Amino acid sequence: MSSLPLPVFLVLALILFCIGLFGALTKRNAVIVLISIELMLNAVNINLVAFSKYGPNPGITGQIFSLFTITVAAAEAAVGLAILFALYRNRRTVNVNEMDQLKR
Amino acid sequence: MTGEMIAFFILALVAICGGVFMIHSENVVHMVVSLIFTFLSIAGIYILLSAEFVAVVQVLIYSGAITIIMLFGIMLTKHDPKSEKRIAKSRILAVGTGVVAFFIIMFLAINKLSFKQQDVELYVHNVKKIGIELYSKYVIPFELTSILLLVALIGAVVLAKKDESEEMNEHE
Repeated sequence: MSSLPLPVFLVLALILFCIGLFGALTKRNAVIVLISIELMLNAVNINLVAFSKYGPNPGITGQIFSLFTITVAAAEAAVGLAILFALYRNRRTVNVNEMDQLKR
Repeated sequence: MTGEMIAFFILALVAICGGVFMIHSENVVHMVVSLIFTFLSIAGIYILLSAEFVAVVQVLIYSGAITIIMLFGIMLTKHDPKSEKRIAKSRILAVGTGVVAFFIIMFLAINKLSFKQQDVELYVHNVKKIGIELYSKYVIPFELTSILLLVALIGAVVLAKKDESEEMNEHE
């Protein structure tokens, strides 16, 4: 049986999630904000896979959920970048602070 | 100290170092490249958790596709390295305090967590099990995912395409 307990994996996922959260809230570059969101989604995937092995009901379900999450994350990245390109064509900027059309 | 623990600590160290380097780097391309290391070591952690198929998918989609897409996004837009420096110190401090508070709260919650370890053999015929489960229990979500991917594909093409009318105006 494994010697690594469940909380070790959860703490690693928590640290990665916090790094992603900090990056998403402080960075000014829209591409970097998107990447930080991907990092947060990855941390959640670690949690799903860890619970699928060490959780109260171990089974393959957690891995299948993480596969669905990866698919949705990939779709989100593609659409987010397309929106970013459309915005860049109109405003010539990727700075998040300057994207304030809805506030005017 | 077993081999599994050593592998875990090396992978976790690489993952966290990649993330921290992403936060601290000035160059945008370096940020993305450092994240590749994070994604690859997360794939290694999936293997430790006996999820081989998810690990391979992680390498293909995250360190392959998403990183390349983000590099394209960086290369097709203009980046001003000075604008990154003009972030107010007070803002970083406020966000940092919030994130650290979140970390402490979640850490206290996680710390005491323990379940009775049960023997499961997820690593035996991993891909076969995933396939059987996916096509028997999760058929409808699987098909919906294909529709979602189609919608995302068409949506991305429509959004990123240059407007015909806009182009006409530019020529006039």
